[in-house]
Amino acid sequence: MFSLASIATMAACIFLFGIFFCVVENFQHMVREMEKSVAVTVFFNEDLSQEQIDDIGEQIRSRAEVSDVVFVSAEEAWDEYKEIYFEEAPHLAEGFEDDNPLANEAHYEIYLKNVESQDDLVTWLQSVEGIRRINESAQVADVLTNFNLLVGYISIAVILLLLCVSVFLISNTVTIGIAVRREEIAIMKLIGATNGFVKAPFVVEGVIIGIIGASIPLALLYFLYTRLVNFMGDKFNILTGLLQFLPVNEMFRILLPVGLALGVGIGFFGSFFTIRKHLRV
Amino acid sequence: MIDLENVKKSYATGVQALNGITLHIDKGEFVFIVGDSGSGKSTLIKLLLKELDPTSGTIKVNGMNLNKMKPRAIPKYRRKLGVVFQDFRLLKDRNVYENVAFAQRVIITPTKQIRKNVPRTLSLVGLAEKYKAFPKELSGGEQQRVALARALVNQPNILLADEPTGNLDPKNSKEIMRLLETINERGTTVVVVTHNQEIVDAMKKRVIAMHKGVIISDERKAGYIQHAD
Ligand SMILES: Nc1ncnc2c1ncn2[C@@H]1O[C@H](COP(=O)(O)OP(=O)(O)OP(=O)(O)O)[C@@H](O)[C@H]1O
Ligand SMILES: [Mg+2]
Repeated sequence: MFSLASIATMAACIFLFGIFFCVVENFQHMVREMEKSVAVTVFFNEDLSQEQIDDIGEQIRSRAEVSDVVFVSAEEAWDEYKEIYFEEAPHLAEGFEDDNPLANEAHYEIYLKNVESQDDLVTWLQSVEGIRRINESAQVADVLTNFNLLVGYISIAVILLLLCVSVFLISNTVTIGIAVRREEIAIMKLIGATNGFVKAPFVVEGVIIGIIGASIPLALLYFLYTRLVNFMGDKFNILTGLLQFLPVNEMFRILLPVGLALGVGIGFFGSFFTIRKHLRV
Repeated sequence: MIDLENVKKSYATGVQALNGITLHIDKGEFVFIVGDSGSGKSTLIKLLLKELDPTSGTIKVNGMNLNKMKPRAIPKYRRKLGVVFQDFRLLKDRNVYENVAFAQRVIITPTKQIRKNVPRTLSLVGLAEKYKAFPKELSGGEQQRVALARALVNQPNILLADEPTGNLDPKNSKEIMRLLETINERGTTVVVVTHNQEIVDAMKKRVIAMHKGVIISDERKAGYIQHAD
């Protein structure tokens, strides 16, 4: 009877954890997507040969924090510029054909694995010979970095809280179980049962509570999350570019083992240590 | 086999239950312990099982000093004893079969063996048909016999029985006593606490009489057969 109550509360805890996990994962996913678009741009000294530029490119590419480096030649830069500013009146741009006004605007777009490392990269770039100018999107990087940290702290806090609550609940269940069966435990021990022999059923009970208490909310979350992703995809497909939800399978590849491990772990350690504390017959 | 040296036991309430017991019981003996209510008989049994520790004095059983026994060694020690508790102490949520089988499981007996041993022991105490019943469905005398079956099933080398016939009619009491005698003849040391004067007189065994926590007499009655050590 009391184990039913603790399955329910355990399920509630893991359900909350799951929701929280989904939210955090999706936020981080979106942040990662945004991070990918954050780039540091470097321009070169006017007298630099293409060989020297390639050499700088190689150096940048060999940095650990760099995920991708794209070279944009002066011609490409001009094409891009034309496309944006002379779209309506391409003939106006024609006058510049032989004299590229962006002749010195060849550059590298450097994409980072992680926005946090932008500062390091810029510092290093400043020491590289032949670089004229560095454009960084410091503000975006800062915001993303801070946001990431904040999400990290909140998730640690919430997970710790849920963990404490669940351990407390299991421990409570076992304590009640021991109180109810105190007499039985005493009898078993008088007949010569070892502590391990007496403990085993309680630990098994804790683990079963953990498994059931984790399976129910995980199944529910799977169902709800699938519905949510489909719903959002249908109704707000304009936003889908911005709101990139993690697909269900990808989400549950992490959430399923983590949730189950959490349930089993809480069940096992919660009951194991509680019974150890109380088993002094 | 069982050696007590000036054993005293006082409870937290201040009651002096045992007040200097010195006692020696040999291997293979059959001993009755008698005495009025409150004279300390059950306390003595509890000390032998190491359910309680003496306030002072030393207890040695099976060559082991109980005072110095490490907690880890206690389960192993208890498995060598068979005990019938005055209040039976059956597991309420398990049926008769399971109660007796439990003692076997504790000593890790193969299930195949348990299936043989449990019914055999239950029929020894005359309860073969009631193996499916739960303790609350049994009379006091029947519960007592389940407790005895549980104490016997592991073939202990010492049997401690606290009032094993307290709830039985004279006919059943005699049968149980005959059973204990048979077990004793096969080499088990038997210590029986009882109020049943008639049986004690009839069986002509060693009788230890207690009063207010001390031994007031220790007689080896005629007919007592000393077993070889
Ligand atoms: N757990 C306990 N706490 C305090 N006092 C106790 C406890 N158990 C027994 N006593 C006291 O110790 C004394 C001896 O009790 P014990 O149970 O050994 O008597 P007994 O000889 O077995 O009596 P009976 O024949 O009625 O079973 C009694 O005065 C009893 O009140
Ligand atoms: Mg008693």
